[in-house]
Amino acid sequence: MAYNCVVLIKQVPDTKRITGQAMNDDGTVNRSALPAIFNPEDLNALELALQIKEDFGGKVTVITMGLPAATSILRDSLFRGADDAILLTDKKCAASDTLATSYIISCAVKKLNPDIVLCGRQAIDGDTAQVGPQLAEKLGITQITYVEKLIELNGKRITVRRNIGNGFQKVRTEIPLLLTVTSEANDARVAAAKKMMKYKNALAPVEVAQSIKAQNPDADETTIKDLIEHKCGILDEKELLIKQWDLDFIDADLKWCGRNGSPTKVHRIQSVVLTAKESKEIEPNDQGISDMIHELIADKTIS
Amino acid sequence: MIEVNKQGEVWVFAEQHNGQLEDTPLELMSKARHLADILNVKLAAAVLGNNVKDLSQKLIHYGADKIYLVEHPLLEHYQTNSYAKVICDLIHKHKPQIVLCGATITGRDLAPRIASATKAGLTADCTDLQIGDHTPANNSNTYKNLLFQIRPAFGGNIIATIINYDRWPQMATVREGVMPMPAPDTSRKGEIITEIAQLSQNDLPLEILEEHKRQKKIDLKAARVIVAGGAGVGSKENFSLIWDLANCLGAAPAATRAAVDLGFIDHDHQVGQTGTTVRPSLYIAAGISGAIQHQAGMSQSQKIVAINNDPDAPIFQIAHYKILGDLNIVVPKMIKAIKEKGIKE
Repeated sequence: MAYNCVVLIKQVPDTKRITGQAMNDDGTVNRSALPAIFNPEDLNALELALQIKEDFGGKVTVITMGLPAATSILRDSLFRGADDAILLTDKKCAASDTLATSYIISCAVKKLNPDIVLCGRQAIDGDTAQVGPQLAEKLGITQITYVEKLIELNGKRITVRRNIGNGFQKVRTEIPLLLTVTSEANDARVAAAKKMMKYKNALAPVEVAQSIKAQNPDADETTIKDLIEHKCGILDEKELLIKQWDLDFIDADLKWCGRNGSPTKVHRIQSVVLTAKESKEIEPNDQGISDMIHELIADKTIS
Repeated sequence: MIEVNKQGEVWVFAEQHNGQLEDTPLELMSKARHLADILNVKLAAAVLGNNVKDLSQKLIHYGADKIYLVEHPLLEHYQTNSYAKVICDLIHKHKPQIVLCGATITGRDLAPRIASATKAGLTADCTDLQIGDHTPANNSNTYKNLLFQIRPAFGGNIIATIINYDRWPQMATVREGVMPMPAPDTSRKGEIITEIAQLSQNDLPLEILEEHKRQKKIDLKAARVIVAGGAGVGSKENFSLIWDLANCLGAAPAATRAAVDLGFIDHDHQVGQTGTTVRPSLYIAAGISGAIQHQAGMSQSQKIVAINNDPDAPIFQIAHYKILGDLNIVVPKMIKAIKEKGIKE
């Protein structure tokens, strides 16, 4: 049978490249100073979905909740082989914690009626690994986390290997289900040149609006609106219009979204400053090292 | 979601597999004991499984006042749905104010499912927990005696303190190895409360076909002295320097992620955010620059010796003994000095 796969992806700041310049004076991280990238393990989730499509047929839809700028990873997904892309964006999503995020995404995913939902194991900005299991609970489906290999897919039955720390487990269940995928699962394919040519001009309506407003700084609102509609119509005909959904469209209850829907709040943020209380410089010669060893024996650090 | 209630207990999920308790719930006990004492409430452990009653005494010796014991043949093997269902039922019945889980693979699979079902706040991978007060910026109410859930974020570059003041339970997972294992007190007494699980085969959607577990090649958490090498060691052959120094100290050899990725040593030896968190008496870091991800796993060592030829290496900021020099010269000198002092284990 063919499978309807939905892949959740996230644009994240590249936390591995944090330098002094990316820190604000108050110790917070200046996100805008960091390159925004496709969350690495989400690429493994996308790759697994694309492999399922190649082997069994079906469809791969990618969806991201984020700012308009996150459309770039949707385009990237189209370049790699996704069939459809959805930008879930709304100012009312701001300040959502993992619980509110999983609620919002669940409302969107329900519209797509997937057989298999795939996410990366965790995103590198928060490293929480929470949204996947929370989403599975909200959708009322089985979850399998830490998936490192798809072993078999046969009708409704699916068998995977999951990492359990010091070892692995082979488990079998039935679709629909949600998988969180680790980096061991596969090597993500790169963008295909043909698809890049096809989709490089794909835009979400919010991006169309931004560019039209920039090109027509003096036009009145009605004209702008008409121009946007016209351009979106052209893109849609060419299948280059990236879908854009807001909270209203997915019938989300605002009570469970954004700040209101988020039980966790930030009390305090501190930058990490680690220092030893007392430190000594040791000369890298026989005497210096011998004295240090003597001291460590004397204070019973080593015996 | 349960209502905020100041009489609610502090709970620890007592993760066990095949009748063996994991280390993390035991590590969590001393901290959880401390939190419960400040709040003046009972500390309870939730034990789920089949024929696991024997674990109750151990948890009491480690600090629990109460054990919620749930035994059922369908709880023999961990599955997300069945375990989440039982714990959610317990939470709704007893209304704990704090629920803690180890941030093990099982804990990270289970806790978010419970948090979602109970609509509670959950903070992942905490490295510390405290009790404190919070006043939101937009109102003058002060919420007293909340759980401060302290965790690194942004790849370890910041430390965030998270709270949840209006929807309980306050849930957190806690990283393995960051809290010292308390000493058991065999004179402690506690109460065992047997609970009935309402489960059917429908709560077990998974068939576990196979499971392979292997022993770790080394137990870094138990080591008193650790000798660790980084990418600066240069090659797998040269990593024998680390092994030699470790051997003559009776120490455990360890490595950074970079050294593991370069194939110098097995992943079991990795210290840091994606490896093991250690807190030995002595940590000798050779050829390790001290990336924040590595420091996260070793900064609580009592004494740190750093050997590096780069004076700007961040490891020097946390080292007690700084040796600016070539590890290929320094490490053999250390081995010589140790042998002269007659240390042997």
